[in-house]
Amino acid sequence: MPFAIPNYNVAIPEMFVLGMACLVLIVDLFLTERSRTVTYLLSQATMVGAAVLTLTTYSQEVVLAFSGTFVRDAMGDVLKAFIYLSAFIVFLYAKPYLQARKLFKGEFYVLGLFGVLGMMVLVSAHSLLTVYLGLELLALSLYAMVALQRDSIFASESAMKYFILGALASGMLLYGMSMLYGATGSLDLGEISREVATTKMELVMVFGLVFIVVGLAFKLGAVPFHMWMPDVYQGAPTAVTLYIASAPKIAAFAMVIRLLNDGLYGLHMHWQDMLVILAILSMAVGNIFAIAQFNLKRMLAYSTIAHMGYLLLGILTGSGDGYAAAMFYTLSYALMSLGGFGMIILLSRAGFEADRLDDFKGLNERSPWYAFMMLILMFSMAGVPPFLGFWAKVSVLRELIHVDMTWLAIVAVVFSIIGAFYYLRIVKLMYFDKAEDNSEIKQDLDLHVALSANSLGILVLGIMPGPLMALCASAIGVM
Amino acid sequence: MIQLSDYLIVSAILFGLSVAGIFLNRKNMIILLMSIELMLLAVNINFIAFSYYLGDTAGQVFVFFILTVAAAEAAIGLAILVVLFRNRRTINVQDMDSLKG
Amino acid sequence: MDDMKDIYLLIVLAPLLGSAIAGLFGKYIGRSGAHWVTIIGVATSTILSLIVFKDIVIDGAPVFNETIYTWMVVDGVRFEVGFLVDSLTAMMMVVVTFVSLMVHIYTIGYMHDDPGYQRFFSYISLFTFSMLMLVMANNFMQLFFGWEAVGLVSYLLIGFWYKKPTAIYANLKAFLVNRVGDFGFLLGIAAVLMYFNSLDYADVFAAAPLMQDMTMQVIPGQDWSLMAVIGILLFIGAMGKSAQVPLHVWLPDSMEGPTPISALIHAATMVTAGIFMVARMSPLYELSETALSVILVIGSITALFMGLLGIVQNDIKRVVAYSTLSQLGYMVVALGASAYAAGVFHLMTHAFFKALLFLAAGSVIIAMHHEQDMRNMGGLKKYMPITYWTMLIGSLALIGFPGFAGFFSKDAIIEAVHHSEIAGAGFAYFSVVVGVFITAFYSFRMFFLVFHGKERMDEHTRSHIHESPWVVTVPLIALAIPSIIIGAIYIGPMLFGDFFTGAIFVLPEHDVLGEIGQGYSGWGGFILHGMQGIAVYLALAGAGAAWYLYMKRPDIPTMFKEKLSIVYKVLDNKYGFDDFNEKFFAGGSRRLGGALWGVGDVKIIDGFVVNGTAKGVVWLAGVLRNLQSGFLYHYAFAMIIGLLLLIILFVMTIG
Repeated sequence: MPFAIPNYNVAIPEMFVLGMACLVLIVDLFLTERSRTVTYLLSQATMVGAAVLTLTTYSQEVVLAFSGTFVRDAMGDVLKAFIYLSAFIVFLYAKPYLQARKLFKGEFYVLGLFGVLGMMVLVSAHSLLTVYLGLELLALSLYAMVALQRDSIFASESAMKYFILGALASGMLLYGMSMLYGATGSLDLGEISREVATTKMELVMVFGLVFIVVGLAFKLGAVPFHMWMPDVYQGAPTAVTLYIASAPKIAAFAMVIRLLNDGLYGLHMHWQDMLVILAILSMAVGNIFAIAQFNLKRMLAYSTIAHMGYLLLGILTGSGDGYAAAMFYTLSYALMSLGGFGMIILLSRAGFEADRLDDFKGLNERSPWYAFMMLILMFSMAGVPPFLGFWAKVSVLRELIHVDMTWLAIVAVVFSIIGAFYYLRIVKLMYFDKAEDNSEIKQDLDLHVALSANSLGILVLGIMPGPLMALCASAIGVM
Repeated sequence: MIQLSDYLIVSAILFGLSVAGIFLNRKNMIILLMSIELMLLAVNINFIAFSYYLGDTAGQVFVFFILTVAAAEAAIGLAILVVLFRNRRTINVQDMDSLKG
Repeated sequence: MDDMKDIYLLIVLAPLLGSAIAGLFGKYIGRSGAHWVTIIGVATSTILSLIVFKDIVIDGAPVFNETIYTWMVVDGVRFEVGFLVDSLTAMMMVVVTFVSLMVHIYTIGYMHDDPGYQRFFSYISLFTFSMLMLVMANNFMQLFFGWEAVGLVSYLLIGFWYKKPTAIYANLKAFLVNRVGDFGFLLGIAAVLMYFNSLDYADVFAAAPLMQDMTMQVIPGQDWSLMAVIGILLFIGAMGKSAQVPLHVWLPDSMEGPTPISALIHAATMVTAGIFMVARMSPLYELSETALSVILVIGSITALFMGLLGIVQNDIKRVVAYSTLSQLGYMVVALGASAYAAGVFHLMTHAFFKALLFLAAGSVIIAMHHEQDMRNMGGLKKYMPITYWTMLIGSLALIGFPGFAGFFSKDAIIEAVHHSEIAGAGFAYFSVVVGVFITAFYSFRMFFLVFHGKERMDEHTRSHIHESPWVVTVPLIALAIPSIIIGAIYIGPMLFGDFFTGAIFVLPEHDVLGEIGQGYSGWGGFILHGMQGIAVYLALAGAGAAWYLYMKRPDIPTMFKEKLSIVYKVLDNKYGFDDFNEKFFAGGSRRLGGALWGVGDVKIIDGFVVNGTAKGVVWLAGVLRNLQSGFLYHYAFAMIIGLLLLIILFVMTIG
């Protein structure tokens, strides 16, 4: 039996991140409390290095490796690049927050790096096995990160909820995978795709498909598999919420595309209807529940749920253009969500968590600049032109109309109008109400710069969304 | 001769039990962890049964991975449980509702 | 050509930059920093606009129509930012930037003690930017952007004193009424996009004649002319912005904003956006007589009936506001009669003398320590001579006294309507002629009540009355000059020359101005011709009547008020528009506003926004959130229900 050496080249970024994560783990042991910045710098260097490795080898070519369990393509590379970017921003924003709470430890970064590795595997998965491994590597890191603040009852409670529900969801996903395996006789997504097209075992496949959709919906946070999100977003330290709310959603998007498009496109007519239901419920529940919130983190959790509904709208079209629109939506969402939680970190300080809506009252008096930045973020999330979020919504809705689902587009518009209410309420609080505390905003310079760049980026991308849209379209492979 | 469907039924019953265990149990958190293990084992039975009847080893390989991950998962789950107990002095599922709404 | 592009960009961006600096860094650059930076920005635009005006209009440079930036291309439709600069645009640019510059300078004096000084300068510069974007647009999308941006800034400015409940109320009203108009406008643009598949003016105008006979069915079985539908929808937008009946209700209330805003927005610039838009769309409007008739009738109703309301107002700014409404009616009448040039000409002269009247009124208000009720004024002539004389010039220009700017434009409109043969022209002619008398009457009623007669203010105020500082009087004088001369200078080229060739398009059978122009022989001749008409004498009669009734026999108006109390009441209630709107749409008028006041000042926004459906949704959200109970087993249960639901819906149905 010939022994072929696997093509390691395609997985160099993954190996690099793995190596660096182990290195950080070990180096951190020998660091004192004061020199902890080295861990931080090493983590950031990992992100930069991974980005360099991924981007220098970027090509439109699709390469399979490791007996077909691993795939490298343009979509994967672009998504990975944005995952690095998100993680980089998260590490940067999180630093002052962690330092002020005595959480500035190696664990955050090691777990963060392993989470990134999990996402990368997930993005490049081409077999049910790699999907599962990537997913679990990511999820296990996240559970531990949520519980990082060991003396907080909220953090530990939300970690427990997250863990139980997450395990339940991955159990369901696995059950679905076992059904698919039974029906197709393979774990390889390409093989499954071929089998699905010819098989007569439709019943078993759809049965498995339902479980898989449930697993995906949990990861995205689509209703009714969303219940963990508000609690976890609110309970976790803001730095961790920031992490959960950004990069993993990009990975979840990739997971949906890998499983539903690469593997199960033959069942499109079935999963399309499932996603329609999930999308409508998500937009409804997300937008309506958000109105009743007083805690900004919780409100943003519901807003994320609603955003995931819009994201599903793009995916359920089942067309390349639809995927491109959904990808554009995902990336836009990740940027906006980073900015939103970044603002909470900006206003927080030792012993004070600026996560109530009331903490944003009169921000315009305290800092017109950041009030304006927050205004950009809120307008963008609400989908007001000319901000990025507007284009994200428009492109998704356009693809819906292209596949003759205008009614669904109208439903989506109605819910986004309801959603505009709570975003604009924050703008109103910032500009028309009196501030409750007038303390000066003191944070590191790098946070100021990064947060401003983040918000302005949303404005700039909103004014010229063309390049990002074109990038998504070319990554998905439609021109 | 034991049919493939027999294995699948056993597995489905185990899966159903574990799911029921998760949402019916309102007392001890440890039972939740046990239910999760049970659920993974149900899936394992599925994979092995399919693997045997299909004559394909990939399913059995998957089982090894699931077992490994399950071990890691249990470790993290128990660690979180310890943290939770330290903070609240209880592992009663019903008491865990400080985050809601 | 390239350097022109840079100039246009600079014209637009200079005020934006000024606004951004004043708005974001107001705290650091201080009060004088804020006014300097914005004034320099707007002054740059003004000077460059004058250069452009000279280039295009006097030196006859070719029309500039280029795309600056392509935002995106969707299904072959291009969304672009681009400039179309022809004589019409150049004129608007000069008017907008010049008036804006005067207002900026004037604001230094007027807002001297206001805590929101920097914010104010930031807003008015932002407004200038938006207005320039609007007039320089070469496509519908940018037009809409400018349109909305102008509306937004106007909304911010009316509510500038956001601690004043009436101001919040007024800006909410302006916002809502304008939304109604914008809805029509947006539908109009959507119709253009749908049938022309382009947003570019040039494409649409080129394709329009081919579409003339096209019909659309909105209600099945009813064929509507496409051009009429588009024209009327776009005009609904114009009705909102240019305050035409019945969407005029916001304008008088907008006087709650600071006076410079009333001058800038509610007299000279923003309200003329509708007029400008219709003139710009003349190639479309010419194709539908139905749309033109609608415009004509709406305009004449506004011109006549809004003028009447001016007679019963006691607030000095409201008198000017109602006169603005009525003058906007005149402009719209001109548009309806296809005398676009006359409408735009009146827009220009009106911008100068109305800004002048507002700023003069503001000067009076400063002197009276923010007292606006004319019943408490009188005899101010000897205290503030400059204000007096400039106000007189403004009033004479407004009533159309021969030789003043307003005379030429207003007389041209009256003549044009007289010659028009479109449906409704008879009524329109009656309205504009009677309107002349009414305009003269209320203008001079205000003039006499403020500057002549008994001094009715209290002793304390009287002792403090003095002429306003130079930052106030210089703009007054600077505006008074064009209020006198600009009519005589531009009537020839604008109305009867080729000033607007290529910018405004009129079908030969509608060309009323051409008809009048055949007998035109210089501005002197026009005056002589005007002296033979009835309008001039009506104006003089109006002024005379005002003098007689308010100076000589003040008992008569009081008697009228008692004897004709019903008429007075109808006028005082503004024909019940507000009551109707409020009872019908808002459910509670301001007269019932005690309740609103009681509920609490700024909370009106809260109260209002939360009302209605929003309230329902909030309530629903509050109830539903209990579903998120916090219990883990409920969460798991929800997931399992979801799973079972999907299985039942999708797996069971396959069987």
